[in-house]
Formats: sequence, structure tokens, C-alpha cells
Amino acid sequence: MTVNDIVKMLDLEVFCGKQGLTNPITGGYTSDLLSDVMGHADQGNIWITLQTHKNIMAIASLKDLAAIILVKGLKPEKDTFEKSNEEGIPILGSRAESFEVSGKVYNLLQMKIA
Amino acid sequence: MKAFRADLHIHSLLSPCGDLAMSPQNIVAAARQKSLDIIAITDHNSTRHCQLINELAAENGILALFGAEITSKEEVHCVALVPDIASLEMLQKYLDNHLVNIKNDPNKFGYQVVVDRDENIVYEEQHLLISALDQSIEEIEKTIHAMGGLFIPAHVDRSAFSLSSQLGFIPDDLNYDALEISKYTTPEKFRKAHSYLKDCTIIQSSDAHFPEHIGERYTVFNMKNASFDEIKLALKTCDGRFVSTFPGLKKP
Repeated sequence: MTVNDIVKMLDLEVFCGKQGLTNPITGGYTSDLLSDVMGHADQGNIWITLQTHKNIMAIASLKDLAAIILVKGLKPEKDTFEKSNEEGIPILGSRAESFEVSGKVYNLLQMKIA
Repeated sequence: MKAFRADLHIHSLLSPCGDLAMSPQNIVAAARQKSLDIIAITDHNSTRHCQLINELAAENGILALFGAEITSKEEVHCVALVPDIASLEMLQKYLDNHLVNIKNDPNKFGYQVVVDRDENIVYEEQHLLISALDQSIEEIEKTIHAMGGLFIPAHVDRSAFSLSSQLGFIPDDLNYDALEISKYTTPEKFRKAHSYLKDCTIIQSSDAHFPEHIGERYTVFNMKNASFDEIKLALKTCDGRFVSTFPGLKKP
């Protein structure tokens, strides 16, 4: 499953980092503590968070994540937006909360694996 | 140059987590007992005890700086210190305008009261002070600097409410005047663990919530006199001024 598949199936907004829409997704991780994500997210994960600070892009790049989904209608800050385009790691948006987005992404990934 | 002992992160009873014994009188008495020359009153997202404590401290030959421990929208705690009454009022207005509006429940979080010098309650803060502002850490930094203030991310080594915990690492372009480390580390250990930080000034404070913790950690400022401007210069290591954290008095 690629980032683009999730975008289509969950009707997510694509803010930036469009080059990375073909990134394959290996799993998901939901957390708002960047130190936690740095320690525990795996390569190729799609990361669900409400943090919009530009450090999210640094973490995504360091951990080689597939994409970031911002919840609750949040938008990336300007420098976060620019970093995403530079790195080619997409930032996506949903109006739903982390719980709901995580549940949907989880189901999609389970279906794909089964 | 003279050495001044400064504890720049102290909560009063106004902070919901601040002990009821942290009255302005008791804070000044404890600071005196610990031979501190400079203290800073940094309640969570409020400055409403600063002026009284400044007056009481001055009567005891101690400089009490105006400030607050501000919570950013990323839930990063940062100490903000401002130079004078005019900027203190601006800071309070900024906090009032941007603190997310959640009502305090004193039974759950603790009382948030301002007292006078005789320890009579004169004000009760209704908004929960331990919630966050709707401002990013960069917006807070710019606002504090525009007021002529000092911006010091708090207990940056901690695993909660710190730059490291909330944002993973310390952004390289964040314009801070110093980094505050907690009592659980030392400047040497901290620098070793964060080798990506180039030259930065490190201070250590008590983050006291109880009178007996005041001065438990402090920073020695080597400078001309005890004033906000000298502190600013010392943090920049200007013209022979420097700071060193307890217990060392070594030159950096």
C-alpha cells in the first residue's frame, strides 16, 4: 500500500511533499511526543499527530517515515511545509481526531496484509 | 566583577502545583536563608505574584526578576524573564490573550491564588494555569524578545514538557538566551548527550514548588552588579562576564 492509496481511501488533503505519494507504507504510528516517535516509529510508517512544528519533518526524515497525517484540521507551519517539499515526505490532513484516523489506517493496513 | 547566586525558576502558590507554603514572604525568607542574590518568580503562565515578591525581595537586598514559565502549544515549558513593570504588564496581557480557556478545578489541580504581603487572598485565577498557550515556541520566543526579555527553554533534559521530549531535539535555529537544565543532570552530562549543540549558555535552577527546594540548584553570575541588563550580558559571556552552574565556579 502506498501513501496515495491511503489518501484516496480516507479522502485526505495533501498539503505538501507530493513527490513522496508513491512511498510504500509498512505500518502506522500515533504519537504527539517527538522524542517517542524518534525512539519507536519504524521505517516506512505513516505517522499520525497533531504537532505541526518543523521538527516533525526532521523526525520523519531521520526515521525514513512514509508520510505524516495531521489530525483535527491542523495545517503544517510554513517552514514545516517547505521542509516537506524539500524532503519529499508528504504531509496529509484529516478533519478527524487521532483515534478515528488511527482506527481507519489500522483497518486499511490489516485488510491489505490479510 | 562579583559573583551573584541566582535561582531563576521558582513557583509561588499561584501555580496550582506550587505548595501553599510558597507565599511571597516565605519565598523571600527561603531565598535569604540560602544566600541567593537573585531569584526569578516563574509561575505557570502568570506573572501576578511578580511585583509583590520583587518589592519584598528588594527590602531584603535580593533582586527578584519578573517572569513566567510559559507553556507553548507544543507543550514545551520555557522560562521568560522581562526587564521592567511596563514589559511585565505586556507579558501578562499576552498570557491572558493566549492561554487556552479551561476552567481550573481547585480540587483536582490545586488553588491558584494571589496573596498580599500579609498573606490575605486578593485574587483567584479562574483559568487553568497549567494548560498551554495557543502560540508556538517560536512565536513565544519572538514575543518575549520584542519585550526586551530573556527566553530560556526550561528543564530541557527532562522527559516531560521539555524541548527534547515534545520536539525530539532542540531546533538549531531557535533563538534562546540560555538553556535551563534540571537537577537530574549536569552541564557536562547534558553537553555530552547533546553534542549537536554548539556554544550555548547553560543555567541550572531549582524549579522549586516547595520552600525547602529554593536554591537547591542555582547559577552563579559573574558580573558587575545584580541587574537585568547585567544578567543579559553575562548570559552572552560579554566582556569577562560569565555564568557557571552550582557547584563549580570555573571559567568556561
